[in-house]
Amino acid sequence: MKTENQRAWFFVLPVLALVAFNALIPIMTVVNYSVQETFGNNVFFWQGLDWFEQILRSERFHAALGRQFLFTFLILIIEVPLGIIVALSMPRQGMWVPVCLVTMALPMLIPWNVVGSMWNIFTLPNIGLLGYFLNDVVGLNYDMTQQPISAWVTIVVMDVWHWTSLVVLLSYAGLVSIPDAYYQAAKIDGASPWKVFRYIQLPKMKTVLTIAVLLRFMDSFNIYTEPFVLTGGGPGNSTTLLSIDLVKIALGQFDLGPAAAMSLIYFAITLLVSWLFYTLMTKDDAQ
Amino acid sequence: MKKRSLIPILYIAFLLLPIYWLVAMSFKTTNEILSGFSLFPQTFTLENYRVIFTDPTWYWGYINSIIYVSMNTVISVSVALPAAYAFSRYRFLGDKQLFFWLLTNRMAPAAVFALPFFQLYSSVGLFDTHLAVALAHCLFNIPLAVWILEGFMGGIPKELDETAYVDGYSFPRFFATIFLPTIKAGVGVAAFFCFMFSWVELLLAKTLTAVAAKPIAATMTKTASSAGYELGLLAAAGTLTIIPGAIVIYFVRNYIAKGFALGRV
Repeated sequence: MKTENQRAWFFVLPVLALVAFNALIPIMTVVNYSVQETFGNNVFFWQGLDWFEQILRSERFHAALGRQFLFTFLILIIEVPLGIIVALSMPRQGMWVPVCLVTMALPMLIPWNVVGSMWNIFTLPNIGLLGYFLNDVVGLNYDMTQQPISAWVTIVVMDVWHWTSLVVLLSYAGLVSIPDAYYQAAKIDGASPWKVFRYIQLPKMKTVLTIAVLLRFMDSFNIYTEPFVLTGGGPGNSTTLLSIDLVKIALGQFDLGPAAAMSLIYFAITLLVSWLFYTLMTKDDAQ
Repeated sequence: MKKRSLIPILYIAFLLLPIYWLVAMSFKTTNEILSGFSLFPQTFTLENYRVIFTDPTWYWGYINSIIYVSMNTVISVSVALPAAYAFSRYRFLGDKQLFFWLLTNRMAPAAVFALPFFQLYSSVGLFDTHLAVALAHCLFNIPLAVWILEGFMGGIPKELDETAYVDGYSFPRFFATIFLPTIKAGVGVAAFFCFMFSWVELLLAKTLTAVAAKPIAATMTKTASSAGYELGLLAAAGTLTIIPGAIVIYFVRNYIAKGFALGRV
């Protein structure tokens, strides 16, 4: 049991100060913009909640939000099971363990714009390895600057390539923490591999999987750099995810008011869904 | 060889293919790249790398990135340590709410913060310094470090603390000489994640710098747009951005293997 101790606040204070400086001041700036209209020169007019209403009603926002949810959904249903499967089939000890861990962590350590450029080079039709293979060897008509489907497949595969290892590493951490005695007991009881997974491995991975799912949700929902570098949101608007649309409005059109209102709505949605995940996945711990 | 080792092998092959392609491109001349497909460089050249190592705007990009990433890792881990200790050992007013609020900062899209961050750091006179980027990255790295460390500390029985106090250790001495060595794997993992997320982030780093502290990633995007289609040069610069990360994982590889094993049982 934890002891009650209000002085623990002193330990938290430095973190609080640093994060508050970075979080509260900018968010107040955004709130400030979101209720005003400006024509430049630092002249602002009170606008009330008009921007929020306008954004919530706009077709463009609905479309971008829909694409965002589709993207995040695809990412979660591909990366989480794939990550668990890879983690389950990895060796538990021996010389291959560090080799596996190091190569798997590699994609996560590449700057995001480089990831975008890299996949761009990789998928160029007739020049890139994947583009050449799909077009000239398999005979598909693959060009992500022309076809929305190709563009979607590319950004999803790119993200799977980029982030599945996070799920793998976290699941693996949960797996190696299971004492051998558990497996021996299961063997004596004659448990099937599925039962071992369901009643021993999965419960032990639960905490790390919660982290993995939450991190993958937040990061895929906020993704910007990689798809922006790779497709620029195109062809047309087909891969314009929420962040890309936001930056288009804020910096492209310099509509600070609507962009700020959209930021806050975006943030609120992320917060709400994360909170739902968090509550659902930690429900049993509280009891 | 067992059948199930096929899955990790296939997965690793999938991970390495695009990386191979990037490295192969970096040894090709721009002409060869644009003239058609070749699996291996036909005219092997180091020209792309020579450009990067002799042009200060290129290599300073790397130095700048490494400076702010290191600063951020040190700041994040050192302030997260006491906080994680407090969260794992004590109950206090608003602890759960505070913990969740910290995590919410990882949820804010960086795109939301770009403009306000620029204004904030300009107004305190830190614009275009390494410190600005290091502090800005604390927004998402501190919550993560607290979260990871809290998990590791939760796996250490409380009896360790109590025994130390009975033996007459003061808190700072206990923390530095007993507790820290016990969770050093956790510290390694937290530092690794901080390094990683600070190294790969571009949007904020680019927004908060102009010349003096410009990160390598920004140099790359500028080259990509201004110098036309210099794919070889871009590939070489990209290849070089993988190296610091690879070195860091190599050094913490045992920590990660052991460290992950120790945490969150």
